Amino acid sequence: MSQLIKKRRIDSYALAWRLPIIVWQLLFFVGPLLFLIAMSFFLVKNYRMVETFDLANWARMFSKDYFWSSYLYTFGMASLATVVATLIAFPASYALAFKVSDNVRRWAVFFLIVPFFTSYLVRTFSWYVILAESGIVNSILGNVGLGPFKMLNTPFGTMVGFMTLVLPLLVILQTLSLSQIDKNLIEAAHNLGCGRIRTIYAVIIPLAKIGLVVGALFCFILSFGDFVSPYYLGGSSPPTLSILIIDTTKSGQQWPRAAVVAICMMTTLFVMAFLAIRFAYRKPAS
Amino acid sequence: MTKKIDHSKRTFMKSSTAVAGALAMPMILTSNKARAAPVEINMLAWYGHGESDVVGAYEEANNVKFNKKYYSGGDNMLALISQSPPGTYDLILSDAEFVMQLNEAGYIEELDAADYNFDDMLHEDFKKFPGHWKDDKLFSVMVRFGHLGVSYNTKAMSAEDAMSYKSFWKPELKGKVGHFDWHLPNLGMLSLHDGNGANLWDLDEAAWKQVQETAMSLRPQVGGFFDYGGTFNSLKNGEMQAMCGIGDWITGALERDGASVASVIPKEGGIQFTESYSIGKGSEKAAEVKKFIQHMLTPEGQLRSTEMAAYPAFCVTKGGRALLNEKNPKEAKRSGQIVGEPNEPIHLINEGRIHYRDVPVQQSLEDWNDFWSDYKNA
Repeated sequence: MSQLIKKRRIDSYALAWRLPIIVWQLLFFVGPLLFLIAMSFFLVKNYRMVETFDLANWARMFSKDYFWSSYLYTFGMASLATVVATLIAFPASYALAFKVSDNVRRWAVFFLIVPFFTSYLVRTFSWYVILAESGIVNSILGNVGLGPFKMLNTPFGTMVGFMTLVLPLLVILQTLSLSQIDKNLIEAAHNLGCGRIRTIYAVIIPLAKIGLVVGALFCFILSFGDFVSPYYLGGSSPPTLSILIIDTTKSGQQWPRAAVVAICMMTTLFVMAFLAIRFAYRKPAS
Repeated sequence: MTKKIDHSKRTFMKSSTAVAGALAMPMILTSNKARAAPVEINMLAWYGHGESDVVGAYEEANNVKFNKKYYSGGDNMLALISQSPPGTYDLILSDAEFVMQLNEAGYIEELDAADYNFDDMLHEDFKKFPGHWKDDKLFSVMVRFGHLGVSYNTKAMSAEDAMSYKSFWKPELKGKVGHFDWHLPNLGMLSLHDGNGANLWDLDEAAWKQVQETAMSLRPQVGGFFDYGGTFNSLKNGEMQAMCGIGDWITGALERDGASVASVIPKEGGIQFTESYSIGKGSEKAAEVKKFIQHMLTPEGQLRSTEMAAYPAFCVTKGGRALLNEKNPKEAKRSGQIVGEPNEPIHLINEGRIHYRDVPVQQSLEDWNDFWSDYKNA
């Protein structure tokens, strides 16, 4: 009996500590999310939202070709950004985790954090100087008789922006994940005749799978929802779903239709996150 | 003979009190002035209108302070007003084509025409500008305007080439034609390209279909869709060499910085944007706002408006133009605000080459916006 009372006391103590985050999430995530869902059924009349329950916004957005074009383009670019960023980040993370001293790793992580000291928008605009037809890259290529290449206002420009956004974070996540691997297991693999490449995909990647997948997931989430790079480096041509949200609200203040797009984006991310986490924690078949 | 300096304590006290008093006098005077809190006027306007280069001197001289809220586009403006309690905005700057909607929704106060010097207007149309009057009652006063046409990089294209919207289709401009990301001026220009002239906004089904086909044929030439900052950058760094949907309000600002860009009104015609001030319904500062609008029609107010750092526009009054010619002849020449210049704005209006920006007549804004989204995705 006294043990039960004690357990109850401990539970309320623990709950008190958990309460702030629960309240926070309810107020600033669940509440707005429910409002967003409700808003997608409202109508706009004379630039004012009328609270009602009407499926017109859903029917309208789903019937528009531009919605599906934007959806496919956004999904494709975010997927490509995830693959490209993962492939670029992994060798760097591997080197930082296994090939350098602790001191060098600490400095490297510090320098990977430094880009976040400046605004992402400022970092994006700085690419104008580098990627413009009269910019630094084309000047260098021009010296060896190449170019000029059009890089701004193209999907390539958008991809460069995505890499600016996600690569530092991805390298940090991967490095932290790889650093947790027990080095004895790698040595054991080598002792048992496992080559370097095979050790990577047979030992290191499976052991760091959760961190690597979570890193890739973050990469997908950030790229999928990004507005700045597709607009300023991609020239909004073609537009992504984030740009479509802006366009929809700009003309006629159609917030309910923008809510439909936003819910579709969130649903996509929810499904992707669910699949990724499930894959990350799936135990290998014995 | 040398004068002996008196070092006595009494003399020192007298002198230092006098010096301290003299030093403190300006502070006492200014503190009296500072004690009267400035009248705060809530302004809703396009970016730039509430900046110090335009209103700074007026604020200082009249002990008022503008709390500015900037919008981007007429829809955005209407939404901001409709979602705010009456009286939130004392002063509203609106594009002329949205004044009628402001009035119909009851968002603006009636003005007394006798308060404003319409006799000084540069053009008869400006005295009774479409939509600004209803049943002979005045609701809005035009304070500046500008013309939209073909904007181009002068190193890539000659002024002669730019004199037709057809220049956007030039093979050497493939991927180098940009759009200001707003359907209204862009589709209006393509409507002019199609020969709709004065009926550019009043398109029947066949004409609207033709405009859409014209737009789609231009799409392979298009390098991007830009907001204000993006338009500036892409013209400045040469990424875009021709721009549809803008005019001197952007290239003029770049020209002032030495960029090799310009705008012309093509032979098919150009579009006029018109900016007008109204007093917000329920404003408790109507008297102060009226005084400010009156100021903006004075030569000094017009000079500040036309020289606005954010984006230039033309004077609407004779007095304003005269002062511009006197104080800043270089800008007057650059913008064509001199009688006899080929791009003189009033001359262009009188020639029938300028059409006032409006909203679609036979289609809804939503129809145009839907097509614009399709076009961007094509």
